[in-house]
Amino acid sequence: MKGHRKPLAVLALLFAVAVLTPHTTPFVLLLVTRILILAILAMSLDLLLGFTGIASLGHAAFLGLGAYMTAILAVRYNFGLGWGFPLVILFGSLLGAATAALFGLFALRARGVYFLMITLALSQCVWGLAYRWDSLTGGDNGLNLPGRPVLGVIRLGNDTAFFYLVFACFAVSLLALYLFVQSPFGKSLVGIREHEVRMRILGYNTWLHKYIVFVVSGAFGGLAGVLWAHVSSEVSPDDVTLATSVDVLLMVVLGGPGTLFGGVVGAAIVVFLREYLSTLVPWWQYVLGGAYVLAILYLPDGVLSIFRQRPPPLAAGPVSAEALTPSPGPGDELKINQGGIE
Amino acid sequence: MDARFWLLQLFNGVSYGALLFLLGSGLSLIFGVMRIVNLAHGTFFLLAGYVGLAVISGTGSWWLAIPAAALAIALLGVAMERLFLRPLGSEPLRQVLLTFGFVLLIQQATLDIWGGSNFEINPPAALMHSLVLGGLYLPLYRIFIIAVAAAIGVLLSLVLDRTRAGAVVRATVDDAQMARGVGIDTSRVSMLTFGLGALLAGLGGVIGGAFLGIYPGLDFEILPLAFAVVIIGGMGSLAGAAIGAIVVGLADNFGKVLFPQASYFTLYAPLVLLLAIRPTGLFGRE
Repeated sequence: MKGHRKPLAVLALLFAVAVLTPHTTPFVLLLVTRILILAILAMSLDLLLGFTGIASLGHAAFLGLGAYMTAILAVRYNFGLGWGFPLVILFGSLLGAATAALFGLFALRARGVYFLMITLALSQCVWGLAYRWDSLTGGDNGLNLPGRPVLGVIRLGNDTAFFYLVFACFAVSLLALYLFVQSPFGKSLVGIREHEVRMRILGYNTWLHKYIVFVVSGAFGGLAGVLWAHVSSEVSPDDVTLATSVDVLLMVVLGGPGTLFGGVVGAAIVVFLREYLSTLVPWWQYVLGGAYVLAILYLPDGVLSIFRQRPPPLAAGPVSAEALTPSPGPGDELKINQGGIE
Repeated sequence: MDARFWLLQLFNGVSYGALLFLLGSGLSLIFGVMRIVNLAHGTFFLLAGYVGLAVISGTGSWWLAIPAAALAIALLGVAMERLFLRPLGSEPLRQVLLTFGFVLLIQQATLDIWGGSNFEINPPAALMHSLVLGGLYLPLYRIFIIAVAAAIGVLLSLVLDRTRAGAVVRATVDDAQMARGVGIDTSRVSMLTFGLGALLAGLGGVIGGAFLGIYPGLDFEILPLAFAVVIIGGMGSLAGAAIGAIVVGLADNFGKVLFPQASYFTLYAPLVLLLAIRPTGLFGRE
């Protein structure tokens, strides 16, 4: 069936990535590792943006919280570099969720452009602490981790081992988020995106729905942060800046909001341009900037929409009853509605 | 830490606030009229600094650099609005990302042309003195900034409150759809507002270049502060932007003196509270 083809294609692609990546160069291995980590972050933002229709301009806060927590535990308390690391992953997710639970109380009072502003202000709070609270965070210089964790015989200092850990986290996140958006709860989120007032009239507590999805999103953001701290063994206030938040937004919009996997594609493109192209040419930022402008102007539904089949014209075949019903075409289900941002 | 110290900090805070007013008032107008979160506003500010520098090295005139750079940035803003933002219609998120694309493009261009070093704009010698007032040494240049910001503020509020053009802008801020309904060309209002906002940012960039310096990364250091001004004041409100600018200028200055470890937190956390309680800011209207 058509409904099963997409997940199968994704599975095949993931399998290929898992098998092939370790056989490439060490540079590509780290590049793909970064892509997978930021893909977790992008997917978590897609929950908000693509599925619920609320755009956050502060998602870097959760990445930063997870990353700084990991670094502070490692540097100041020497924790999480051995068998404590699974706990750090758990704590990072919980910290992301808890912070989102706090932030959500404030942020979800605002809507539209004001939601953008309040999430920006919230993430600037986190950035301000990271930048200024030297005694804890190392201030402008950030923190250098002593190395990646060692779990018995598994040394994550080995890039291949770390890649597989990240890959496992990514795969679990993808699956969990997929099940989440496929659940009745996920469907009601889409309902909120399409028409919040209607959902409220139907008796849904839309605030609670948005609050829960914000917390879940924060949890995955925190998870991405934990992994991010270990990818280059350093964290700095740059990880928490507005620019990072905008980059994550672009990943989602570039890949196609409301598709989950689009965030992965977007992360791949943005990381490739930022990290790989910058090693080749000094003017890489023109390409990244150009990608922003062109993608926004010409690919409103994201890169994935290029591969999506257009519905066949009615005249091409016998007219079925299905074709006559005004059901939404495949293009519509992925269309992002920014009704919340007016 | 005597009274003189605190008075000096107060003065520094207000003069920094004056600079932020130049940046924030334009951002606020753009926000109010077009509902656009213009992430390129700080980059306009930075680019103006570089352009001003080029004008000074070309002509030797600092007084010429200010209007020249401001006009150049205004033209850039108008072009950006016409060619790129307008075709998007009203899709705030995509417009936000588009402005960030321009941030990257302009950043790379300034890096290619001027390199990564720190520059400083030297104001004319006449403004380099200090005014001694009751034992306080007040740099004349900071007084100049306050004067410019006050003059611009008064001029803008006169235009907004007393002229037809101002009424048109106010109508668009209040209800763009209704404004269109009564025959106002809101598309042109948007273009001119964006240009005016860019002009003000450009003005701030050249003037601010003398005490902030000009260096890559300055744009995103100052942009969140400009947003703070807009948030406090409420979008589209000039009086709000003025008060917001002074509050942010003082909070930034005193925060760094009083709570060095949490100085930015003490600035942004109250903003969050304000936004949660009154999303439209102190002076904004829904």
